[in-house]
Amino acid sequence: MQISVFNPASPQAGHLLWLWNACMWVCGFILTVVTLAIVYILVRYRRRDDHEPSQTTGNTKLEITWTVVPIILITFLFVVSIVTARAVDQPIHRPPDIVVRGHQWWWEVQYPSAKAITANEIHIPVGQEMLIGIEAADVIHDFWVPRLARKVDAIPGQRNFVWIHADRPGNYSGACAEYCGAQHAWMRFRVLAEDRASYEAWLAAQAAPAIEPAGGDAKSGEKLFRQFTCANCHNIRGIHSQEQYGPDLTHIASRKMLAAERLENTPENLKDWLHEPNLVKPNCYMPNLNLAESDLTQLTAFMESLK
Amino acid sequence: MESGYPAQSLSAWVAWISTVDHKRIGILYLITTLVFFCIGGVEALLMRIQLAWPGNTFLSPEMYNQIFTMHGTTMVFLVVVPLLLGLANYLTPLMIGASDMALPRLNAFSFWVFLFGGVLLYFSFVSGHAPSAGWFSYAPLSEKGYSTRYGLDYWALALLGIGVGTIATAINLIVTIINLRTDGLTIRRLPLFVWMVFVNSFLIIFALPALNASLVMLLIDRQLNAHFFTQLGGGSPILWQHYFWSFGHPEVYIMVLPAFGIISEVIPVFSRKPIFGYGFVAASTVAIALLSVGVWAHHMFAVGLGHAWEYAFGASSLLIAVPTGVKIFNWIATMWGGSIRFSTSMLFAIAFLFTFTIGGLSGVTFATVPIDWQVTDTYYVVAHMHYVLFGGTLFGVMAGLYYWFPKMSGRMLSERWGMVHFWLMFIGFHLTFLVQHVLGLSGMPRRVYTYPNEPGWAIMNLISTVGAFVIGISVVVLLGNILVSLREGERAGDNPWDAWTLEWATTSPPPEHNFDAVPPVHGRRPLWDLVHPNGGQA
Repeated sequence: MQISVFNPASPQAGHLLWLWNACMWVCGFILTVVTLAIVYILVRYRRRDDHEPSQTTGNTKLEITWTVVPIILITFLFVVSIVTARAVDQPIHRPPDIVVRGHQWWWEVQYPSAKAITANEIHIPVGQEMLIGIEAADVIHDFWVPRLARKVDAIPGQRNFVWIHADRPGNYSGACAEYCGAQHAWMRFRVLAEDRASYEAWLAAQAAPAIEPAGGDAKSGEKLFRQFTCANCHNIRGIHSQEQYGPDLTHIASRKMLAAERLENTPENLKDWLHEPNLVKPNCYMPNLNLAESDLTQLTAFMESLK
Repeated sequence: MESGYPAQSLSAWVAWISTVDHKRIGILYLITTLVFFCIGGVEALLMRIQLAWPGNTFLSPEMYNQIFTMHGTTMVFLVVVPLLLGLANYLTPLMIGASDMALPRLNAFSFWVFLFGGVLLYFSFVSGHAPSAGWFSYAPLSEKGYSTRYGLDYWALALLGIGVGTIATAINLIVTIINLRTDGLTIRRLPLFVWMVFVNSFLIIFALPALNASLVMLLIDRQLNAHFFTQLGGGSPILWQHYFWSFGHPEVYIMVLPAFGIISEVIPVFSRKPIFGYGFVAASTVAIALLSVGVWAHHMFAVGLGHAWEYAFGASSLLIAVPTGVKIFNWIATMWGGSIRFSTSMLFAIAFLFTFTIGGLSGVTFATVPIDWQVTDTYYVVAHMHYVLFGGTLFGVMAGLYYWFPKMSGRMLSERWGMVHFWLMFIGFHLTFLVQHVLGLSGMPRRVYTYPNEPGWAIMNLISTVGAFVIGISVVVLLGNILVSLREGERAGDNPWDAWTLEWATTSPPPEHNFDAVPPVHGRRPLWDLVHPNGGQA
């Protein structure tokens, strides 16, 4: 189970799994007692004759026992939950390394110190505590990477924080966990944990502006990008910058997936997505521009040039 | 004859529509909720078809979101709560030896305003778009900017109407229980079902107005451009969550306390023993009610309220496990040493014990705050809440239905078909919801119209869908059993179960005035005392 909480890849997720196991011992104990009691009763006390059984009405000592024992058990759970909570949510003492902003239905990812912006794909260096600030642009979303960290709501007008720390390199699947409208299901993302050098190289590449295409289909595609309404919503740093509503496309060709994990990022898929966004992801805010085949080819070529 | 028949039929309809008799109103509630239960069940099946395999396109996302919103809203507001109110309506006056509710006209008003709310909610489909922001309608998704159609306005207005009806019924039940008990039926001798209905009614009066007030605020936001729940203009989306859950968590107990009451009647009768620890069972109900108004923020542990708040609400939520556990152990102790009759009613009660224990324990995992951070908003919650509301409340109601149907109709439900119904529903239920725990822990969020093909997700979802259809079949068996038994069921007689509370002292069905003479009450089991003048001290 690749994204299961039973397969933690960070100290935080490890703590959470430990607490889960502790809780399962307690709950499992109670469930066993109750189940065994019920099964025993069903066998032992089934009706044998018409004789009315002894009419006991209660027993105060027993009542006190099954009041006190659960109190002891929940006290234990309360204490371990505080210990775990403090281990998972370390104090916040610096600005976040990454700011993740939930939009209907994609994730904006900013690296403030490097001034890099991307979408739906978060890169982190292995073995380093990264502080992520969580925000929302419209409605409430929720940031969740089961194998790495707890859930944190993304709330408009409020910034939340989560520590994220991968023990080993890998591709960790994440999702929006708070219902946020039509395409809540396809508001997914991934966290890629890499060694220090690859991470630094990736970050430097993302921070660089886009390189204007020299010619050919890509160059024509760039013209179309401005001509059609694409440029009204999407930024391409170095080529076209303004306030953005849709995902930053400066290095879209470097991303693994499209449309918040809906499609693999291949030229064919990109073309399909540009052609009929509402078939790929119904109700999304990306409009169908009724692009001709040649427009699609040129726009795709331009996007593919944005490595 | 041909001219006489329609007139007779018409007057029969008028008699039902104009009735203020608590028994008829109770039956109207039960029939209405049964209809809504079928509608909500079909909605559930549509969702399960869509989710049967990854990438299914049976429903569009917009349609799926409307349907899951309507399923939740229907089951909570149009099925579970009114179902329990209907039973309380029918049974409370009978169980306390009264001839009707204290305020019969208010009682009729409550029912009709509830029905109006239900129709209004479903009218939203006709208007072009049902609400699609979930039964919890979190702001700002539920605000005009993100839910532009009228569905949400219908939702808010419908719930307002239902809320008014529910509060009126709660007041009515409290007044009835305080004033109309027969001689000798002191508060410490009340049947436990009545006890729980009594406590529950106070909980309704406390909780429902919070919902009604926030619904009005949401409508003002939507229609008059106010900003109660948007961050612009100084409002707060989190405020909606506080308001909604300060209603919503007591609501969970409103949906389960009367079922506790049913179980507390059914288990003793079919074990042939008085309830074990009457005082503790009654007092633990009060404890649950009091605690339940102080736990709402455990729905909000991912919001970022701060650790201090989370610990406080975690502790209060953990505490609820104690009185709930007391009840479970007392029901088990009631069966211990008994002479158990395995009627369909008793089977549902035993299934309730087992299933509700699982639901209660998974509830404990949410109160253990950091676990909630992992599992909240996943299929684990869907599983938990169905274990509590379906495996808990609905199994309890089924126990009550098989138990009291003879009183209401004068005929027994078929036990043979009852067994078929029970086993199909029990197996279908666990098939549907057990794997959903694992799905949630494997990372599947809830309220998604489809999902990627992650390892294990496809097969678990398919199992769940198959289980849902088994439940669907069990409901068809139940409906068939009811329809056939109404015509051909064995005659019940006054007291087919050899039970002890006052409703069994009159005919089945009871006359309009309920009792020709109420038997004397000297203890908690008046009919037992009649047969055993010197035995059975309870």
